[in-house]
Amino acid sequence: MAELIVISTLNGVLFGMLLFLLSSGLTVIFSMMGVLNFAHASFYMLGAFFGYQLTRWIGFWPALVLAPLLVGAVGMAVERYGLRNTHKHGHVAELLLTFGLAFAIEEIVSMIWGKSPVDYRVPAALDFPAFTVFSTNYPAYKIFMLVVSVVIFIALLVTLKRTRVGLIVQAALTHPSMVGHLGHNVGRVFMLVFGVGSALAGLAGVIAGPSLVTQSDMAAFLGPILFVVIVFGGLGSLPGAFIASLLIGLIQTFAVALNGSLASVFGPLDPSLGASPLTDIWNVTIAQIAPILPYLLLVLVLIFRPMGLLGTRES
Amino acid sequence: MHKLIVAAAAALTVLGGAASAQESIKIGYIDPLSGGGASVGEGGLKTFQYLADELNAKGGILGHKVEIVPLDNKTNPQESLVQAQKAVDAGVRYITQGNGSSVGAALEDFVTKNNSRNPGKEVLYFNYAAVDPSMTNEKCSYWHFRWDANSDIKMEALTNYMKGQPTIKKVYLINMDYSFGQSVRTAARKMLGEKRPDIQVVGDELHPMLKVTDFSPYIAKIKASGADTVVTGNWGQDFALLLKAAADAGLKVNWYTYYAGGAGGPTAIKQTGLENQVFQISEGVPNSGNKAAMDFEKDFRAKTGISVWYPRAVNEMRMFKAAAEKANSIDPVKVAAALEGMKFEVFDGGEGFIRKDDHQFFQPIYISSFGSLADKAKEPFDEENTGWGWHIVSKIDTAQTMLPTTCNMKRP
Amino acid sequence: MTNAPTPSIAVTKQEPGGALSFYGVWLIAAAALIVLPLIFSSGGSLTSFSLIGIAIIFALSYNILLGQTGLLSFGHAVQYGLGGFLAVHAMNAVASHNWPIPLPVIPLIGGIGGMAFALLVGWVMTKRAGTVFAMISLGIGELVASSSLILRSVFGGESGITTDRTSLMPLFGWTFGPQIQVYYLIAFWVMISAIAMYALTRTPLGRICNAVRDNPERVEFIGYDPHVVRYLAYMFAGFFAGIAGGLTAINFEIANSAYLGATQSGLVLFSAFIGGTAYFFGPILGAILVTYLQLGLTSVTSVWQLYFGIIFIGIVMFAPGGIAGILMKHRPLIRAGTLGTVIPSYLVAAIPTLALALGVILTIETVARFSGDAAINLLGIPFVATAPTTWAAAAVLVVGGFLVARITWRRVAEAWDRAATVARDRGYLA
Repeated sequence: MAELIVISTLNGVLFGMLLFLLSSGLTVIFSMMGVLNFAHASFYMLGAFFGYQLTRWIGFWPALVLAPLLVGAVGMAVERYGLRNTHKHGHVAELLLTFGLAFAIEEIVSMIWGKSPVDYRVPAALDFPAFTVFSTNYPAYKIFMLVVSVVIFIALLVTLKRTRVGLIVQAALTHPSMVGHLGHNVGRVFMLVFGVGSALAGLAGVIAGPSLVTQSDMAAFLGPILFVVIVFGGLGSLPGAFIASLLIGLIQTFAVALNGSLASVFGPLDPSLGASPLTDIWNVTIAQIAPILPYLLLVLVLIFRPMGLLGTRES
Repeated sequence: MHKLIVAAAAALTVLGGAASAQESIKIGYIDPLSGGGASVGEGGLKTFQYLADELNAKGGILGHKVEIVPLDNKTNPQESLVQAQKAVDAGVRYITQGNGSSVGAALEDFVTKNNSRNPGKEVLYFNYAAVDPSMTNEKCSYWHFRWDANSDIKMEALTNYMKGQPTIKKVYLINMDYSFGQSVRTAARKMLGEKRPDIQVVGDELHPMLKVTDFSPYIAKIKASGADTVVTGNWGQDFALLLKAAADAGLKVNWYTYYAGGAGGPTAIKQTGLENQVFQISEGVPNSGNKAAMDFEKDFRAKTGISVWYPRAVNEMRMFKAAAEKANSIDPVKVAAALEGMKFEVFDGGEGFIRKDDHQFFQPIYISSFGSLADKAKEPFDEENTGWGWHIVSKIDTAQTMLPTTCNMKRP
Repeated sequence: MTNAPTPSIAVTKQEPGGALSFYGVWLIAAAALIVLPLIFSSGGSLTSFSLIGIAIIFALSYNILLGQTGLLSFGHAVQYGLGGFLAVHAMNAVASHNWPIPLPVIPLIGGIGGMAFALLVGWVMTKRAGTVFAMISLGIGELVASSSLILRSVFGGESGITTDRTSLMPLFGWTFGPQIQVYYLIAFWVMISAIAMYALTRTPLGRICNAVRDNPERVEFIGYDPHVVRYLAYMFAGFFAGIAGGLTAINFEIANSAYLGATQSGLVLFSAFIGGTAYFFGPILGAILVTYLQLGLTSVTSVWQLYFGIIFIGIVMFAPGGIAGILMKHRPLIRAGTLGTVIPSYLVAAIPTLALALGVILTIETVARFSGDAAINLLGIPFVATAPTTWAAAAVLVVGGFLVARITWRRVAEAWDRAATVARDRGYLA
């Protein structure tokens, strides 16, 4: 039992941090600009493929720096030439623009790199077990991912709360014209924010690519789980997203570890009842429904606390 | 554009004076050519086009050229029905499909209804990879023929092999939560229980399909159960991620799989370094030792750049030709009658036959393992440029793969 | 593209002869639905028409939420799919009990299914609008789609539930086996649903929905609860989505979990938005275009998804009011009689724009086919993807087309301004 709890907690924290790594950029964009960026997962995919390509050319560590910058540049271009013109037509138009973008990026990536998974590997320097708990190895690369997530969290928090840039960005969100009058270029601020958010997605791609599967449908595979994280944590709240990532990671991991079903608690149903929704529900295990639990959480949270865990506003 | 090509081809053949200006036989290939399943669908398309070229080079079927009509279904049953209808309207009388049992079931239903409503315009459905057992059992149709061994048959073969492996003591089942994954787990439990009651099934997991990003919790469970063998029907991303998580955690077990050889699978095995620990059950192996098959493999790889992942497609097309020649007609009704009970020398050698009761093709099944290739002369083929390839561990004869069917065939 | 149309379902005061032209439009639509299959009688076009008909109902039902009430839903396929499943179960039950219920009634049962689900979950969902509603609908959509694979006895797992539409009692000798009969069944429901949904926009409820979209606070001040209004709108949308689902079930004779999924929800959002949510007929245009693209593009190019994305981005950026928005923008000019002054500049602009589009297509196809089937056939002209001449042609078309198009569109804008000024002077443009 102790083994199960320790290992599940570790796995949950690691998975939660991966989620945070993926969703941090989305939170930044959403909290600063109010844009629900459906193409975020596509930027993450771009990051993974750029990372893969650059790793082949110049090695993993330079790629770790360059690929996110490239993705950030793509993001800035999208903001400058796409979103900025769409902004005046409202959030639905912005959202649909990113929707279309997600389609296009997926196809472009599969045109360049093909549709099969590419061989993107963990760098040799990090390809060893970091430590062993109850005879289960924990690879160094996963610890590296955890460290990067935490560093990003702290860096973002400090930048937003403690620096002048962060103040201007936050002010630009609520009082754009006032910030403009004070002599700041609001358009450029937004472009920068979008670029940073995209670059974070790119960074997540470079790092998560080797440990997950780098393939042209990886963006669709990631799906709406990132939205669950940021909405659950509270729209626009970075600590909220952090906590939500951890919670979702832990809940999913523990749900998988449990074998319970109604049948195992109350005994099997009388077979004479035949197949019915009741027997289906009776026999389903918690582990089976683990990956849909986040969506259940999302719905419940929104019903009872529409601003999310730590959010301060509803939209 | 297609019409142009056909016209040009027809003109050429007229000039050549060979296969007169007969109408070509169109085979509608309904599989994903875009979206997530496209990598698999494109491989299948290349295979069928290669096979059509092979037939056409030898004069086609009864003088008719064979033409493959690619139809993109995006792995969606509704879209498949639209494409099938489109194909039938354009004069296609044979359709072939393989990816997705949900698509397969929809198409089987489609041909049955179409053929009873439009007598004289019958359509045959050649199934080369949809393995849901129900398609040749309770949902069976006279107009459907399946060349792939269904998942129960593969499990029958696999458990017949495992029966003789005394080192297997504790088995863990992990599968994707949909019809295929469920038939794998049900069959595995039942057949292992009958053949090796001493084997303990220490875990039986179903996880949602293509939704899991991190398999470490599942690996933790496998590890805690003390299993020495894992049986899984996982494919694609779900297979690669499962294997990666296992390698990360240092899990040392043997993997018995259905689709480890699918696109991305070999790359994942090589990455994780699980040499000769991953087994696959299939109806053919590139390094089979059969001269004709290996020559075919060599030429196929040279021309298409992929390996022969569907030996069953080869059987399908060659048997189609044989049946049409036996019936001396390319009419689907007559071809169907000729295919019933037909015996055939399969691609990798050995005899297979189509059972009349359910239109399931029975054939020898191979268990192979993936690892480095010691003797390049005998085993020349690697996969996905990994340098590793499949070698045969065991061959299960046709007789050892037979299973009864519950099919109550309605004949026209 | 300066001023977006103010988002309101076009409601103008009745002009003399308005009633006549109003009924005329519906009559022409009905006549078109009847005559269409007589002109295009091939099986393929019948299938396409049937699917387009269903898509129209579905998109219109979506617009009750998005256009009329301002609710952005990411899970509209849930009601559609559940309607489909209920219809299939109903058909199987009717067939096995030999109940005297003919097939044309079945979509109504689907509609009731969609509405029942909306009734069940709608109250908590519509408590709030905006992002909260959008995200709840996303969550509910994922939950229902995933549960459908778990509740096997109802949803039939992966392969779904099949049915046979001919097993119900025939109506006037129609068995509904042939596609043409199914087409007319669908056409009948398209007319009924479209009229019903149009009528809904004219009811007090329809008007108050608009008010809730624009300013819920003031709606509250005049004594209505916006929550109730949203709930009602959600139920009506669910009802018509269920009808569309029921028709799909009849058309395919199968219902499976793909009906409920995010793809289906996304497509209907596309259709409504591309067509234009501000006008009643917008989603109809969108449904026709999107269904047509979906059926047609896939057989022309393997990278249809890229074109889909580009078209979508293009519409969002250059015509945020959708196709209907563009069309309606010209209405005041037609009335003022100044449209003629704009048309020449349109024609001039069309040439470089077309060249640009061709250049983009050529570029995409060149890249896509570079390593495969290298033959490209564009407007009957053959190109070879690996030939440098093809690259040069593509580059010239893209760069040249872009530069010239920019100039000509500026002139369109100038001509437009002049025409609009005249129209304004004559009192047709506010």
